[in-house]
Amino acid sequence: MSRHHTGPRAGAGARTIRWTVLGVAAAAALVPLLAMLDFSTRTPTGGRSGQAWSSLATDPDLSAAILVSLQLALLTAVVVVALLLPTMLLVALRLSWARQPLELVCLLPLAVPAVVVVVGVAPVYAWVVHLLGSSPLNLVFVYAVLALPYAHRALAAGLGGLDLRTLVEAARSLGARWPDVVLKVVLPNLTGAVASTVVLVVAVVLGEFTVASLLGYDTLPVAINLVGKRDAELSVAASLASLVLAFVLLLGLSLLPVGRRRRAAPAAAVLSPTPAAPPGTGAPS
Amino acid sequence: MSTATRQNTTGATGTRAPGGVEVRLEGLRRSFGDVAALDGLDLTISPGELVALLGPSGCGKTTALRVLAGLERADAGTVVVGGRDLARVPAHRRGMGMVFQAYSLLPHLDALDNVAFGLRLRGMGAAERRRRAGDALELVGLSAQAHRFAPQMSGGQQQRVALARALAVQPSVLLLDEPFSALDAKVREQLREEVRRIQREVGTTTLLVTHDQEEALSVADRVGVVRAGRLEQVAVPQELYRRPATPFVAEFVGQVNRVACEVGAGGAQVLGRRLPLLPGSTTTSGAGTALLRPEDVEVVLEVEDASTVAGARGTVVQLVFLGAATRAAVQLDGGGEPLVVHLAARTGEHTAPGARVVVRAAQVPVLVR
Repeated sequence: MSRHHTGPRAGAGARTIRWTVLGVAAAAALVPLLAMLDFSTRTPTGGRSGQAWSSLATDPDLSAAILVSLQLALLTAVVVVALLLPTMLLVALRLSWARQPLELVCLLPLAVPAVVVVVGVAPVYAWVVHLLGSSPLNLVFVYAVLALPYAHRALAAGLGGLDLRTLVEAARSLGARWPDVVLKVVLPNLTGAVASTVVLVVAVVLGEFTVASLLGYDTLPVAINLVGKRDAELSVAASLASLVLAFVLLLGLSLLPVGRRRRAAPAAAVLSPTPAAPPGTGAPS
Repeated sequence: MSTATRQNTTGATGTRAPGGVEVRLEGLRRSFGDVAALDGLDLTISPGELVALLGPSGCGKTTALRVLAGLERADAGTVVVGGRDLARVPAHRRGMGMVFQAYSLLPHLDALDNVAFGLRLRGMGAAERRRRAGDALELVGLSAQAHRFAPQMSGGQQQRVALARALAVQPSVLLLDEPFSALDAKVREQLREEVRRIQREVGTTTLLVTHDQEEALSVADRVGVVRAGRLEQVAVPQELYRRPATPFVAEFVGQVNRVACEVGAGGAQVLGRRLPLLPGSTTTSGAGTALLRPEDVEVVLEVEDASTVAGARGTVVQLVFLGAATRAAVQLDGGGEPLVVHLAARTGEHTAPGARVVVRAAQVPVLVR
């Protein structure tokens, strides 16, 4: 009998612990953000103002930097997916011996400090500037390298969930050319992984400061740092906006029905009565 | 399936005779490193015929199928389908349909769209390809599951959708790569009967690869036994079983007893009988080992008048009741490994382990190694 009494009590205790842990974690995440919001909307006289937030769009340095960072984020995501996905497909299908070397190479940027990366790529960038001009979009090359570890993990997780070889060979035998295989077979089944990759790459690019600063390009983090020296509220508003954008992207990813939408809809049909399979049809067991 | 779907038309592999095209594999060689997966394999499949390649794991049977499909390149040899050499034709232009051992439905498409996938690649209009895909699903009895996705179907259903998908493109050749091996026994049996029915109905030339001899013997018009990248024998199932061309075929297909015997003058003295030798015998004089099927060993209980029966005496050491018959293991007095024999139901009922018996060979040709 005692068990009947201790069960609900223990359950209530566990619930309390769960909510407490959740509350502490939420506070740890939200309090700094709320503090940033508070600081960015405070006036020197102690009142409230949305001036810093409205300046996000009007401050010429900041708005130019936002535009550059967004362009860089998008461009880097495209470059990384366009380079890494076919490479990983090739390795998975034809060059299985290269799987580990590729993983190692992709993880290297994690192990190399950004300052060291800059020292290494600076001479290369002298040539890049010579050939392509001094556009901040040149950063796409080094950002693609910096984003490799995250992109590789996201794509590898997606590819690992597929019987890639069988799907590709089935498609080939049905008449699919290689572009068809990539566009009509692989990509539709990797939308979740590709979306994760894009979000991660965007987050990396929006948050990268060291390389851009040392190479002398004005990206959003660099601009926030500079603006902070003359307008602290604006700088904090820009930082918070950047964080919120990253949060929204991640939230969007978690809510994205990619890969589930098509399966979820007919799932209801499975629960509803369906005509019995004819004899010898191997009905679901 | 609609008439249009069933008719063979001019495809990527050239003009096809009604009922399918001829397939010829000539001198196929393929090595992976030091291992020769195919070592000069030759095989001809007649139009509309279903040939099964049977062999142990690693014998090269799947490699042969993949070379035919264009998924693997041969180091040497030719693949001729419908009179056309396919050496330079890539997999996607060979116009073949393939069902894989692993479930191969595209996870992002439902059953109908999976079946229509090959038709979409051929640029067929949406209405026509949905109609054709619907026909193909009807052929495999899965119209009711047309809008289900792979995870919502059983393994058997997925393989039948894969079969419908392979047939929907009106393939010149249907390739089945151990399509039943991931299924449970009952579904496997149902599905292979269904595949046979559909293959006969559609008339597509078909190559089945399997390591399951029961599967090969029950569905194929002819069975080819592959060993170390070569065909040991290609024959109709009955001939393969009754007249194996080599000791390997005899021992791989069905069960055999290995019985010591004396060979000479075109015959062998086996268990009290002189039996004619099959052409593939590797020992033609002196001491040899006869390969005898269990059903080719006659058993006389010593409670009957066994004293006049020529044969070898032994003791029943094990009995396994199989319903219509009883399988017994008999240890001969002369030693050696126990013989496996089949007892008729009534004889089996009156026999117990320890019973004394006389065994002799039935009057059939025998293979001796």
